[in-house]
Amino acid sequence: MPATALGIGRVSIGSVEAFALVVRRELRLSFSRPQQLLQPLVFFLIVTTLFPLGLNLQPSLLRDMAPGVLWVAALLSSLLSLDALFKSDADDGTLDQLALSGQGLAVIVMAKTFAHWLVTGAALVLMAPLVAVALNIPGIAFATMLGSLTMGTLTLSWLGAIGAGLTVGLRRGNVLLSLIVLPLATPLLIFGAAATDRAISNSSVAGALYLLAALCVLTCTLAPLAATAALRITLE
Amino acid sequence: MWTWFYKLASPPYVYAVAAALAPWFLGLAALTIGYGVIDGLVFAPPDYQQGDAFRIIYVHAPGAWMSTFVYTMMAVAGAIGLIWRIKMGHAVAAACAPIGASFTVLALATGSLWGKPMWGTYWAWDPRLTSELILLFLYFGAMSLRSAFEDAAQGDRAAALLAVVGVVNVPIIHYSVVWWNSLHQGATVAKLGKPSMDASMLWPLLSMFLGFMLFFAAVLCTRLRGEILNRERQASWVRGAVNS
Repeated sequence: MPATALGIGRVSIGSVEAFALVVRRELRLSFSRPQQLLQPLVFFLIVTTLFPLGLNLQPSLLRDMAPGVLWVAALLSSLLSLDALFKSDADDGTLDQLALSGQGLAVIVMAKTFAHWLVTGAALVLMAPLVAVALNIPGIAFATMLGSLTMGTLTLSWLGAIGAGLTVGLRRGNVLLSLIVLPLATPLLIFGAAATDRAISNSSVAGALYLLAALCVLTCTLAPLAATAALRITLE
Repeated sequence: MWTWFYKLASPPYVYAVAAALAPWFLGLAALTIGYGVIDGLVFAPPDYQQGDAFRIIYVHAPGAWMSTFVYTMMAVAGAIGLIWRIKMGHAVAAACAPIGASFTVLALATGSLWGKPMWGTYWAWDPRLTSELILLFLYFGAMSLRSAFEDAAQGDRAAALLAVVGVVNVPIIHYSVVWWNSLHQGATVAKLGKPSMDASMLWPLLSMFLGFMLFFAAVLCTRLRGEILNRERQASWVRGAVNS
């Protein structure tokens, strides 16, 4: 879908309107190809199923492993879809059009990343209770698990936007993207899994959740700038 | 007053300065490291708890310090290249990356060698060890991102941006022993006031720190000259510099 068809080419619209238009465009594009939408979610399910099968665990051991398994699977499945964040738009020139549309590139990047989070991160959070039941995570931990996953996937989408922006022009950028994003995402994994772990053992989760929230605020505010700068470098 | 600073953006000038400075750095590094090694490994008394095993600190601590120092320097040089579009900034950043990665490997290797007799394990998933390992991955990421681009200038800027983003890890490494209840011991040398180390052990260690910095400066000068020659290979002054 050309960007001009959405009226993005008109300079007169405000940033909020442009943001909403880009989000709507991204969502419409995603839902026009549902199989692409489902792939990361199915991947998430398969990975979490592989762990109990491969490790042949007792239910009690499985519960100890569950937070880590859940978070690693969430990291990997988000990463899987990150490659596509800017790629198709960069390949057919839409991204250049958007960059020249008179709207700040930061607004476009924020809208695209937010839309990406809606169809991958938020969908993954909705899917998590199903996986949690299969992994033997008790019901008392669900609220913490969902809260931490929401903040975690949001943070990850932002970190991923930096990586995707840096690798968008590269032919084999996918592995490089993982190499760049995964080290930056390790604090997320540590605190996210710790929060879920502590919720399962019914101890205080506030510390880990505060740190996750801090990471989330940090990336939501600063990562758009870095991702925009990254795109400026690679779009030239 | 600022002319010396502007000159630092000129490749032939930096090339000549690096060539002139490298032997001095190398000579001073040999002196300080030589003193540190002999005094630290032979004359310093053994630790009352760790015995002779503590002596690995003379390589481990300066190596670990250099791993974060070089990363910060790489990020600052990259930022200078990114913001003011100074090519020499990117050349310095590119020259720093493999040296810093080597120091990180050195810190990790000596640390795990020390960990086996002291902690009973080569590796523990401890905050400081983990964040140091992440630092190594950040070096790898910056190096592979730089080489992934066909356009060298684009690769330089992308790697610089990644280095700047990765700087958040440096304070995490430094304060990991304070923030988390870590297996790794806290600061020994850099405490203001009274260091928790006897002078007979401390002097060789400080000498090793200085020696590692000088050694880094010497290697950086040499690598930087290589980088400049490679980057400026189309320039006419390079032909003169190589043929002379």
